[in-house]
Amino acid sequence: MRFEPVIGLEVHAQLDTETKIFCSCSTSFGASPNAHTCPVCTGMPGVLPVLNHQAVTFAIKTALATNCTVARESRFDRKNYFYPDLPKGYQITQYAAPIAEHGHLDIELEDGSEKRIGITRIHMEEDAGKLIHDPDRPKSMVDLNRTGIPLVEIVSEPDIRTPKEAGAYLRKLHAIVRYIGVCNGNMEEGSFRCDANISLRPVGQEEFGTRTELKNLNSFRNVEKAIAYEIQRQTYRLEEGHKIVQETRLWDTARNRTASMRSKEEAHDYRYFPEPDLVPLIVDDDWMTEVRESLPELPDAKKARFMEQYDLSGYDAAVLISGRSLADYFEAAAKGLKEAKLAANWVMGPVLGLLKNGEITIENVPVNAGQLAELLKLLEANTINAKAAKTVFDEMVASGKTPAEIVKAMGLEQVSDQSALDDMVTQVMDANPEELEAYRGGKTKLFSFFMGQIMKQSRGKADPKVITQILKEKL
Amino acid sequence: MKISKDDVEHIAHLARLEVDDSLVEKFSTQVSGILDYIDVLKDVDVSGVPLASGAALQTNVFREDRVKPSPGPSVTLTNAPDRDDDFYTVPKVVG
Repeated sequence: MRFEPVIGLEVHAQLDTETKIFCSCSTSFGASPNAHTCPVCTGMPGVLPVLNHQAVTFAIKTALATNCTVARESRFDRKNYFYPDLPKGYQITQYAAPIAEHGHLDIELEDGSEKRIGITRIHMEEDAGKLIHDPDRPKSMVDLNRTGIPLVEIVSEPDIRTPKEAGAYLRKLHAIVRYIGVCNGNMEEGSFRCDANISLRPVGQEEFGTRTELKNLNSFRNVEKAIAYEIQRQTYRLEEGHKIVQETRLWDTARNRTASMRSKEEAHDYRYFPEPDLVPLIVDDDWMTEVRESLPELPDAKKARFMEQYDLSGYDAAVLISGRSLADYFEAAAKGLKEAKLAANWVMGPVLGLLKNGEITIENVPVNAGQLAELLKLLEANTINAKAAKTVFDEMVASGKTPAEIVKAMGLEQVSDQSALDDMVTQVMDANPEELEAYRGGKTKLFSFFMGQIMKQSRGKADPKVITQILKEKL
Repeated sequence: MKISKDDVEHIAHLARLEVDDSLVEKFSTQVSGILDYIDVLKDVDVSGVPLASGAALQTNVFREDRVKPSPGPSVTLTNAPDRDDDFYTVPKVVG
């Protein structure tokens, strides 16, 4: 029997606010244990939560950027369970009346076609704390700094069928939340987390099979690997006549497999009820308009514009729009150039090459976009040739000097002067009579030998186009 | 609405309360009584009676997103039964 995987993803994105969702404690990462805690976020008796306005604005922004319908009225509920990372004994979340529903993202498949993945809902909630399990003693240590950091949970429809589709959907969502500035997207710090629900059903069957939920998927690569593993595991179980157990499984990065997690006791008896300490949230037209007008150009629109405006390939445009800062860098570098493709090549090549060690980002890259633009203009005006341009670029990285200064100091101006180059070609031909004879005898491969000799003599400054022309005439 | 002895035990477990067997029958009767009384309240005609609580009519109560100093561990850990530096500790919950 052949089976079809049915996959849905739940993404938790931390909203990039200064303070927690219901109190004024800081959300900054890396503070000492429990430094960012107060009676409100630790659930002391008698305290009242008060909703962070900015967190709501960010949730609305996320909803609009994922084509959701924003609810005019939404509310908060309590989700009750006991776990040491949850000091109140309940999590405040939007269960019955979420802030947004019915969205979608269009992902690009490997064959170039598009597929629409539905978004069921987006709701706001508070994050839980962090537990550190003592390796030597039977103890868990509790740090509540993360408790109460605002999250949006973005729940997809079960429209995903392959690990690749899951990866494409996640990457797109990740790009969007970073573009619109609501989430820093840092997966290692847990700012952007993904759980996957996976089930199999016989091909052609409408009804879903029993699903498992995968957790601990802290990179795009792990999401794809874990889903692929789980599809295979469930396929074997079903083919051997077993039933799938509905359970939560953890992805084990070291062993490349999923393993059953001891089920949270009474996990399905959360006894949701309305949070009596919070009043209903109303999003009126003015607020919606304000947020809509604050939205930047989204990745898909930017990609389409880059292809159109700069005449770039889909591949180039996709690379350049992968981050908003990178896209801005490219546009600034391409400004005033005749061929934007030249800037695209330089940004995707030498500039991105500088970022590879992790510490340098596009925001603090040693050659800024304006300086690169200056260099590319010299190249486009034939003041220097491509080889010299790379030398200048490396020198810009090393010394921070301007391209014009470097070209002058290193004497790299391209020699395009016809008579000077004429002389140079004649000299090289005279100096290499054997090669000249061989070339004329039919060894046309020697053309590049002459090119090389002339470039050498000019110390890389000769205009290759002009030399080619002269050589062709003279040889 | 009848709350069975099983319901009482289930609810007690969810709330992590120990209930002596001898009390289960008693609580079953008492909790059923509370729910029955809510049914009595439901039957009262309150049409035309204004809401007494202002909160019931309020919407959109917000805070500005501005950090205030947190009391931190000195307050948060005051009642911690066990601690390790600035962490509070609990019996190991995983593995």
